[in-house]
Amino acid sequence: MTTTDLPSPGELPEVTVDPAAMRHLADAQVNVELDTGDMVLNIGPQHPATHGTLRLVVRLDGERVVSADPIIGYMHRGYEKLTEFRTYPQITTLINRIDWLSSFANEVPFIAAAEQLMSIEAPPRAQYQRTILTELSRIATFLLFLGEMGLQVGAITPAFYGFRDREYVLNLIEAVTGGRFHPNFNRIGGIKDDLPWGWISECRTTMNKVLASCDEFDDLVVGNPIFQKRTRSIGIIPQQLGAAYGVSGSNLRASGIDWDLRRDGPKYLVYDELDWQVWTHPDGDSFSRYWVRLQETRESARMVLQMLDQMPSGPLMAKVPRIIKVPEGEVFVNTENPLGEMGYYVISKGATGPFRTKIRSASFSNVSILPWLLRGSYVPDIITILASLYFILGDIDR
Amino acid sequence: MAIDIGWGTTLAIKTVIVLGIVPLTALILGYTFLLKMMSHMQSRLGPMDPGGFHGWYQLIGDGLKFLQKEDIMPDHADRRVFALAPAIVVLSTFLVFVVIPAGPRIRVASLDSRGLFDGVGVFYALAVSSLSVVGVLMAGWASSNKYALLGALRAAAQLIAYELPLVLAVVGVVIQAGTMSLQGIISFQQHGSLFGWSGIGFPLILTQFVGFALFMVAAQAELTQPPFDMPVAESELVAGYMVEYTGFRFLFFFIGEFGTAFAFAALAATLFLGGWSVPWVHGTAADVLGPFVLFAKVMLVAFLMFWARFTYPRFREDQLQAIAWKWLIPIALGNILLTGLLKVAF
Repeated sequence: MTTTDLPSPGELPEVTVDPAAMRHLADAQVNVELDTGDMVLNIGPQHPATHGTLRLVVRLDGERVVSADPIIGYMHRGYEKLTEFRTYPQITTLINRIDWLSSFANEVPFIAAAEQLMSIEAPPRAQYQRTILTELSRIATFLLFLGEMGLQVGAITPAFYGFRDREYVLNLIEAVTGGRFHPNFNRIGGIKDDLPWGWISECRTTMNKVLASCDEFDDLVVGNPIFQKRTRSIGIIPQQLGAAYGVSGSNLRASGIDWDLRRDGPKYLVYDELDWQVWTHPDGDSFSRYWVRLQETRESARMVLQMLDQMPSGPLMAKVPRIIKVPEGEVFVNTENPLGEMGYYVISKGATGPFRTKIRSASFSNVSILPWLLRGSYVPDIITILASLYFILGDIDR
Repeated sequence: MAIDIGWGTTLAIKTVIVLGIVPLTALILGYTFLLKMMSHMQSRLGPMDPGGFHGWYQLIGDGLKFLQKEDIMPDHADRRVFALAPAIVVLSTFLVFVVIPAGPRIRVASLDSRGLFDGVGVFYALAVSSLSVVGVLMAGWASSNKYALLGALRAAAQLIAYELPLVLAVVGVVIQAGTMSLQGIISFQQHGSLFGWSGIGFPLILTQFVGFALFMVAAQAELTQPPFDMPVAESELVAGYMVEYTGFRFLFFFIGEFGTAFAFAALAATLFLGGWSVPWVHGTAADVLGPFVLFAKVMLVAFLMFWARFTYPRFREDQLQAIAWKWLIPIALGNILLTGLLKVAF
């Protein structure tokens, strides 16, 4: 049908009204006159609650959600295609920006994949520093989460406290790597530079500050009865369903599944040399997701303190050639990133850059559960659930 | 020495004063609590530059900025209703200020000793304060925006639900003071005594503490401030029923919100803390001192309101309604019962 087939406005056909049919329709209307239609509401892509450009098309019956469809892709930057035309050090710069809040953690699985293909291992001191920086970025992103989930639920103040405490950690990361947000510090075979003078004692002070501020969040947010009323039993993810959808990270542990790639996956970095525990919560609601991340922040701070004591001395880079050509092969490395399980499947054909990279990002799977999770909830609960799942748009869209 | 000026001039002067005072109080409240107290509680400084000294000029600058903005109206908005809604909200604020006394002879209209009752100040104040519901509903509907509509519907339910605890909380005060006139309640507190000692008079908050707590909670809800700010939930509806308003019209809503906060705080100060009165000051001295005393008491009450605002997350709409109907109203009724019994017994 082309535009020439449509009648022009002056030529609309005559409509004859059959009185009997209209009476029948009127009767039908009386019977359903108290029925209301659904309202379609677009949450996003510009909305303060969606952490970026996520669009949620929800059908509402009053304030209850009948159906919800997330529409992603507003931030797709074509990372996987970009990696085909870059060398490995160049890609490290790129993938910092996938999950921009915990940027160092994004580099680790990719570099680990390249190192596995090259069959080299980073020296112990480099491994320790990589682990410290990963845990620091985990603390940084979780502090932001602890603050902004309070903000989404309506408490303005915790957000400021979260950002203030995050500043201390970002200063630490900047002192080592030169960049607060995008360190770009990993190299194949190790890391770029050693720790500056005085950093270790500064880090100890900051970790103690982080532990103190976690206690503050415990008081201000977790202990607040209004917060508990808003988050308990909201957005419960059943265990089997969460695992089936591919939900990972703290979201899964908050549903009671005791799974953490740092402990249960193949060995990467130095987690097996530390004394730490995995936190789970049996409830699976928004409150338990907040609680688990709070405990994990504390656990990360304690891990960093241990690593500062245990750090070995030694070289920072393994023996690698100047121009790095990764031999042929394919490998998949996944790690426990702050947002969940992040993995890189790298196919190399022996060139200076990968032939194909597939990025398994945590938030993509975490968001896929939204249509199921949001049915039957209220509009304010949508916001709480979105906040508690804690996804980053860059991670969803890549 | 009384200067004889006609009723027209008096009316004009009073109008100008009220027109000036309401935005001024909104400004002072907004600056002190919203900009400065909130910032310090959140470990930051707030505005420091505008005006040189700790940014005191910030809100005036904001007001001027709003005045020079383009007047945008959404395409499908109901033009007349859209334009009228902020006016009605501000109208309600102005009407409450009419009856709040700032001294034994300083008030806009007395509403005392008219006919049957011994004055109906309290009744009038509570009645006109609920006019803003109409304005909110008008704003939400006329904006032709689903978010605004959601906000307005939530607001209508909430504001009507919390009218009852507000009124019932005040009934205890009226029973104890024996009069509905605001000047009468103030003089009851000024001339009262605690077990024979009249040093601080008899502020009704001492016996009506339940009523005070109820009044503060209900006032917080009437102002749609956190923890009761579902209609304006910033992280969901962005500005709720006000989302389509810009420029001068938004300024009206802003003045209405903070002016009403001042009005409710003034009502609480008058009903529970003694208003403009200090026990040992009478006559012309009270006329001079009264406004300052009232202002100080209002700032104290407003401090409590804004402190709660910045600390607590918000209730969900159904939780909010449950609190009003299942908790506040029964407690208020119990308070009235107890007050009545004790008043008769003693």
